[in-house]
Amino acid sequence: MSKYYLNYLDELEAEAIFILREVWAQFQNPVILFSGGKDSIVVTHLAKKAFYPSSIPFPLMHIDTGHNFPETMKFRDDLIKELGVGLIVGSVQESINQGRVAEEKGKNASRNALQTTTLLDAIETNKIDCAIGGGRRDEEKARAKERFFSHRDDFGQWDPKNQRPELWNLLNGKHFQGEHFRAFPISNWTELDVWNYIKRENIAIPSLYFAHEREVVWRNDAWIPNSEFLKLEENEKIEFKKIRFRTLGDITITGGIESDADTLHKIVEEVAAMRLTERGNRADDKRSESAMEDRKRQGYF
Amino acid sequence: MQIDNNQLLRLATAGSVDDGKSTLIGRLLYDSKSIFEDQIAAIENTSKKKGYDGVDLALFTDGLRDEREQGITIDVAYRYFTTPKRKFIIADTPGHIQYTRNMVTGASTANVAIILIDARKGVIEQTKRHSYIASLLQIPHVIVCVNKMDLVEYSEEVFNNIVSDYESFSSKLLIKDVRFIPISALVGDNVVNASEQMSWFKGSPLLNTLETMHISSDNNKIDARFAVQTVLRPQKDEFIDYRGYAGRILSGIYRKGDNVTILPSGFTSKIKTIDFYDQSLEEAFAPMSVSITLEDDIDISRGDMIVKTNNSPEPSQEFDAMICWLNNKQAQPRAKYSILHTSNEQKAMIKDVVYKVNINTYERNEEDKDFQMNDIGRVKLRTTKPLMIDSYRDNRLTGSFILIDEGTNETVAAGMII
Repeated sequence: MSKYYLNYLDELEAEAIFILREVWAQFQNPVILFSGGKDSIVVTHLAKKAFYPSSIPFPLMHIDTGHNFPETMKFRDDLIKELGVGLIVGSVQESINQGRVAEEKGKNASRNALQTTTLLDAIETNKIDCAIGGGRRDEEKARAKERFFSHRDDFGQWDPKNQRPELWNLLNGKHFQGEHFRAFPISNWTELDVWNYIKRENIAIPSLYFAHEREVVWRNDAWIPNSEFLKLEENEKIEFKKIRFRTLGDITITGGIESDADTLHKIVEEVAAMRLTERGNRADDKRSESAMEDRKRQGYF
Repeated sequence: MQIDNNQLLRLATAGSVDDGKSTLIGRLLYDSKSIFEDQIAAIENTSKKKGYDGVDLALFTDGLRDEREQGITIDVAYRYFTTPKRKFIIADTPGHIQYTRNMVTGASTANVAIILIDARKGVIEQTKRHSYIASLLQIPHVIVCVNKMDLVEYSEEVFNNIVSDYESFSSKLLIKDVRFIPISALVGDNVVNASEQMSWFKGSPLLNTLETMHISSDNNKIDARFAVQTVLRPQKDEFIDYRGYAGRILSGIYRKGDNVTILPSGFTSKIKTIDFYDQSLEEAFAPMSVSITLEDDIDISRGDMIVKTNNSPEPSQEFDAMICWLNNKQAQPRAKYSILHTSNEQKAMIKDVVYKVNINTYERNEEDKDFQMNDIGRVKLRTTKPLMIDSYRDNRLTGSFILIDEGTNETVAAGMII
């Protein structure tokens, strides 16, 4: 005798698959925004399930800041090959070269904010009408306000006071030319849900998420990895630490945590016991209380 | 924390501005250890800046700058917490009357509504309004939290009077399961931990009630409804003849070999397989997302519905519905809208306004025909093609629809079929 109800992870999966299929049915030219991080990997995995035995019917789009972990890039290219899907790359370096954006200066400079211009340019150039992202409402208080189908005006702006109400499972993706949507199939997932799902489904992820000995420097309350883009301040020094990353972003601002979690099982245990939020060591969110909201209003992912 | 085979409970909160709704959510998250240290540090910091003595837990839920500045909740926000027994999604909906539409939005998928009452004020208009919406949306369970009990000396008599007031007005509503809990969100009585001050209360604290409430029967398990979202036709050698109808089971249970009817065409066939990714399932039930293949080759596309042959919804072009108007632009009589019902999109016209409801007094007004933002009432609709409808009371997903303004593309109304 079946119990005829789903456990929470199956219910979240069913909801995400429903949303991905709605995107495909309602939009002409959707893409999955792929950063190489665990959330976009999970969304891609869900898309594989949603359309099986067909291939994922839309390409991945990577907004390349040029400050990537080399491993993320290899992971991305291997995944594309395995899935047989297309890849669109929007390059922040190109946007800088074209003078569309200016690089930030100073010790805490990052290319994170510059991504917005490149992203909106890539959406416009490729005539994308829906960009599917791995954003989760538990990440940040402005994200907690996001709908599954989130409207962007023809400047790519989000207006939190003018969102389409979302009722039952009825998603309204109607839009005028030039406008686009962002779709967030895993809105209702938490960081722990994502890890439990990765573990259950045995989804491949970059080894950066697992604890390893790495060269790092202590900055802004986090371990920042050594890279060609890192400029050491006078009082800073490179150290060896057993580190793993909770989020993967621009290599210059992604802070690692000291950890022994080198298996999925250990990661799930560690995340469950965490006392700090995932974005707690993302320097870009600490700039002001409404940093994320302000960026999102301008079109940030 | 490992949680195995746990159900997801969707919760909507309702309460007026000063009833302490945000504080209650903050308290639930705080006492269940779902707030992270850096989030606590951030709200401690802001509380200090604002000159508060303690930590203002409400700050945790107000995510937008305007909300923090004005100290009110403008839009629905979603919060999450998990206990060893369940995972919870809270739709934190604003209490202001001008945001009725947001309460409707947040509550449309809820298993449980929490209605807050200030113990000092008792049942007020807002309480009636929120209860009306909970009833209209057929939220299966309602928990009335009588808050601020610390300010009425934890008086059993005050609590009992509010319960009896509530019961007398709510008897007119369609609320099947209602429970009452005396709490103090500020101090933490009966939220996560049982109150020492109110030993006279024999029920469970709020969290335990939420963890143990029976919700498996909230979904309709009787009427099998499957709306086709898209058709899967892989261009791959090994699946050359595959034609899978992808969608979500809205209600009921489907099994391999079931006799099914395709609506609106009326063709019949048998379920050949129910596929989920690379597995073939013997049976599937709501709310699973699967794809179905049939024994016969039939032309089926998005918007069609696959139902069991002996249990069909009503194909209908004219029907009555309760609607909640969601848009600044008022409803235009006889104007045409797009109607989205399951995955089926058609055109619809509001033929007539039967009445509007004053949701504070429950009185019907048959004279006023203008639907403004946040108005709720009964209308007659006509659609260009038949929709496969059930009554909302029987089926929340095949009994609901939205209207979309074709000029602006905005969702202007939420509808519940009578």
